[in-house]
Amino acid sequence: MHNMWVLTKARIRLAMRNRAFLFFSLIMPMLFLFGAVMMFGQSSRTWIPYILGAILTFTVMGSFWGLSVQLVTFREQGILRRFRLSPAGAGPMLASSILSNYFMTLPTVAFEMIVCRFAFHMTSWGNLWAIFVLVTFGSFAFSSFGLIVASVTNTMQETQMINNLIWMGFIFLSGATVPLAKLPGWIQHCSLFLPATYLATGLEGAADNLITNHEAFTDVLALAVGVLVAFEISRRLFRWEPEAKVPRNAKLWVLAVMIPFLVFGAYENIYTDRLERIQKDFHSLQMREVMAGPQGPAAPH
Amino acid sequence: MGEPVIQVEGLYKNYDAVEALRGVSFNVEEGEVFGLLGPNGAGKTTTVEILEGMRTPDRGLARVCGMDPEKSGREFKELIGAVLQSTSLPDKLRVKEAIELFANFYRRRANTDDLLKRFQLTEKRDAFYGQLSGGQKQRLALAMALVNEPRVVFLDEPTAGLDPQVRREIYDIIEELKGSKKTVLLTTHYIEEAERLCDRVAIIDQGRVIATGTPRELKHSSAGTTRIEVRLAKPLTDGALAHLDGVADCREFDGTYVVHSTRPPQTIVALVKKLEAESNELQSLEMFSPSLEDVFIELTGRRLRD
Repeated sequence: MHNMWVLTKARIRLAMRNRAFLFFSLIMPMLFLFGAVMMFGQSSRTWIPYILGAILTFTVMGSFWGLSVQLVTFREQGILRRFRLSPAGAGPMLASSILSNYFMTLPTVAFEMIVCRFAFHMTSWGNLWAIFVLVTFGSFAFSSFGLIVASVTNTMQETQMINNLIWMGFIFLSGATVPLAKLPGWIQHCSLFLPATYLATGLEGAADNLITNHEAFTDVLALAVGVLVAFEISRRLFRWEPEAKVPRNAKLWVLAVMIPFLVFGAYENIYTDRLERIQKDFHSLQMREVMAGPQGPAAPH
Repeated sequence: MGEPVIQVEGLYKNYDAVEALRGVSFNVEEGEVFGLLGPNGAGKTTTVEILEGMRTPDRGLARVCGMDPEKSGREFKELIGAVLQSTSLPDKLRVKEAIELFANFYRRRANTDDLLKRFQLTEKRDAFYGQLSGGQKQRLALAMALVNEPRVVFLDEPTAGLDPQVRREIYDIIEELKGSKKTVLLTTHYIEEAERLCDRVAIIDQGRVIATGTPRELKHSSAGTTRIEVRLAKPLTDGALAHLDGVADCREFDGTYVVHSTRPPQTIVALVKKLEAESNELQSLEMFSPSLEDVFIELTGRRLRD
């Protein structure tokens, strides 16, 4: 535990000195938020919580990118092998990546919420407890996924290529970019097998007070199981050395990350009415917009 | 004499088709500075990294303080300090932070300010790692190797690529370590480094230890010859100088004839006569007292830097 906190503090300090990191973790999410509100929130403020949910999803999922790239850079530059000589340990090294990322995500999340509440006149804070738990487990889960990508790729180019592929799937099929209710039915069913969907639908619902703590539990559970499986796999696949080979069974281990989500996806598709609920919530938002009528721009006054 | 602090017996290691180590064996006693001297690719780094627990040998025994480096975990890491040949730190980490960060991983910790002072880094304490010169980075690496006041220190080519001035500074630091009775395993391909710093040296080539002893013993084993290096206006045929008076061995390296002679004056006279007879000219002639380089040439037929 001691080594984990020592490393976490060092990682946060280093990240705060990295302009690229600050841009991608703080400025870019805010630009997305302002852009999304300008594009979709102008007609009615009723959409602001929904937009906030999507932006929070982007912010949390961003953990996936930064960590994998940073870990591969550290390995390529021979930084990790210096840590290997010390008693730091692979577990604390990985856990510190996840924790430092989490602690740096929280202020951005808070800032986005404050901007929506006071600058874009969002009428309530949403289900704060559900938002907090979803952000926490979402950040842990997506950080762990990033660490797995870092463990199975050898170079930065390879990492970025794989990240892009996964990222596209996450943002376009989860409801974070296009509302899930607007996607074709078969995509909606497929999306329930993606971890990103649990985060996106959970946060969109929580930001708009559409889900209770109990309803958020499935999303949190899916993400929590994802965290446990992904962390353990990334720990097993972790490589200190730039020239260390990826183990032959690594790809099978990576597929193992999908198992909990395959189980959750099958369960949600067969036994629950999650997709109907998402449709209903989205419809109620549309109705609310109609009832509220045009309210003018939601931009800051 | 007690149990050796470092024990290496019949170490083998292959990287695919390349045989990096082919039965390396040596012991290092407590408080000794032991050098592994050899050219690039001889197997020095592989040996050291096995002893640091960073590589797994295919065969053989490696023990440090009686522990298996690969399996002993934290207790082992508490005992050793190391300067790796190829490593780095994040560019935006400050010098003092780097020392404190690594010190925090250990139970036993040296005082950070003392280390900064000892390695002449006090003025650079707030500088980012990325702003340091090569020499400063290496001094920091040495300071970090000592953050846990280790019993055994591994220094893998600590002066490689540094200018002579910085190299001498590093020598002073290693001599200080020697004075503090730490056990040091040093790898190098610099003859003067091994001669100046090491109590004992193992000459390693192509994955094998080919000679072990104190620098003095090894030089004496060089049959008391003097090395004469000559450059000539016209090249000679192979072995043309081998029959001169007093010559024990003669080899040619890039146009320089390296002659080992047991009777240097007679050899030089014979050389001059031969050159006059063949209308050849002497461009340069240098004489050296026996060094580890000569031992290496005798044993391998190659120069250390080849």
